[in-house]
Amino acid sequence: MLRIGCGAGFSGDRWDAAVPVVRTLARLGGPAVLMFETLAERTLALAQLQRRRDPQSGWEPSLERFLGPVLAECVAANIPIVGNFGAANPLGAAACIQQLARDLGLPTLHIAVIEGDDLLAGLEPARLHQLLPALAGRELVSANAYLGAQEIAGALRAGAQVVVTGRVADPSLALGPMLAHFGWATDDWDRLAAGTMAGHLLECGAQVTGGYFADPGVKDVPDLAHVGFPIVEMHSDGRFVITKAADTGGCVDRRTVTEQLLYELHDPAAYLTPDVVADITQAELRNAGLDRIEVLGIRGHPRPPTLKATLCYEGGWLGEGEISYAGPTATARARLAGEIVRERLRSLGLSHLRVRCDLIGVSSVFVDDEGRWTEMQELSDASDVRLRVAAASAQRSDAEQLTREVLALYTCGPAGGGGVRTSITARMASDSCFVPRDWLSPRWKFAE
Amino acid sequence: MTTVPLHSLAHARTGDKGNRSSISLVAHAPTHWELLVEQVTEERVAALFATRRPTKVTRYLLPRLHAMNFVLDDVLDGGLNSSLNLDTHGKSLSSLLLTLAIEHTQETR
Repeated sequence: MLRIGCGAGFSGDRWDAAVPVVRTLARLGGPAVLMFETLAERTLALAQLQRRRDPQSGWEPSLERFLGPVLAECVAANIPIVGNFGAANPLGAAACIQQLARDLGLPTLHIAVIEGDDLLAGLEPARLHQLLPALAGRELVSANAYLGAQEIAGALRAGAQVVVTGRVADPSLALGPMLAHFGWATDDWDRLAAGTMAGHLLECGAQVTGGYFADPGVKDVPDLAHVGFPIVEMHSDGRFVITKAADTGGCVDRRTVTEQLLYELHDPAAYLTPDVVADITQAELRNAGLDRIEVLGIRGHPRPPTLKATLCYEGGWLGEGEISYAGPTATARARLAGEIVRERLRSLGLSHLRVRCDLIGVSSVFVDDEGRWTEMQELSDASDVRLRVAAASAQRSDAEQLTREVLALYTCGPAGGGGVRTSITARMASDSCFVPRDWLSPRWKFAE
Repeated sequence: MTTVPLHSLAHARTGDKGNRSSISLVAHAPTHWELLVEQVTEERVAALFATRRPTKVTRYLLPRLHAMNFVLDDVLDGGLNSSLNLDTHGKSLSSLLLTLAIEHTQETR
């Protein structure tokens, strides 16, 4: 049996979440691996921009905060760490981890990096434009293919204590260690699919253990403030149990596991990854004790012939401004304020801007950018309303103008407006496409 | 026959990929599964989300999990990178699905 614990499900995750996971794995003994998933699509594009500015950067900014609390215990308990925290610079991340080990008084670590996901490093831009004609004329910030589990497995078999990746499919972070441990064949589709779905359940951290789930009085979750992160117990035949770190909050039951099993899936008969096409239509969940669910019946089909790639390019600017109105007629005053900002932008010659107004507390997130929902609904007369105005622009100065207009509502807008906050954010745009496998040469090597 | 919000019979979770939203729906009790299959149809979900103009709504059934998965194409104003919504991922859309009115008899309670 192999245990795999998850220490983070996204870049913004809790820095100390891995501590109870590693403590549990070490106490139970036996083969175990710790994985970190910290690389969203946008995160990688930002890392690429960072690396352009400073070649000695471009990996997960919180790397030391994530690994610092657990690295010594992982090394002592012989628990390899696999993470996509390498982002745009896996070698740089490896050097950072080696330095962290030195600072902690640990011996030199065997750190492996996975390379080959970066399409900009290996391909002419013209070939990418050929795949995605919409890109023509736009400057690419990043283009990365989702690699699979095989290179991670290779590095672990060779004795890596830490495996640093850039873009790999999230479930492959868990499947790689399983391939290394069990020696599953590369066409053992059912087992690869089981390992992939186990990785899928792990990859979002607490989302399978009670996070993103609680609904007071309907779906109560104990001690969510100390929610424990997940651990999978995988068997050589592909049967597995999902559970969580000991002495933590949260819960693992059929409901939490069902929600996460389906999370971000489209056709449940064909979940495409670089390693396998997984089919969960016959999957079953069985109670296997407190906070333990056994998952059975996952089937697999041959892997797709192509790899998914995400391409990011500069996406202009987002300007946002907010102001509050409360008490009698709050909704009407907030609405008027929104109309004033729209009219001001028009008269300043900015009618080409895409502008959106929200009345937070009345109607906001259900509404689409065209405001069609708001038109259809009778607006309730809420007594505590926050107007939010947002606009997308190619020029930073246009986004700035929007924030100026919201600020000016203090003195030029309706009565009693307060609490203005504004922000300007650089945006990234992205597209996906499929790349032939032979365009890529995924590989692993030990750092230094 | 009484009318209740879907929220009292099922729970849901939203995920997103690009301009596409996927919303899972899971029956609280297996006895409610058939009722959901009958009433939470592609047509009704498309109507509930009509203001977002989905180009396609697909329902996938998972009877062994008493769950279904809805995939709504082109409902996120271009998705994470171009939407002006505060909730660019559309994470709150599972809560919109749970407002759907369901008619049921006392026996299915």
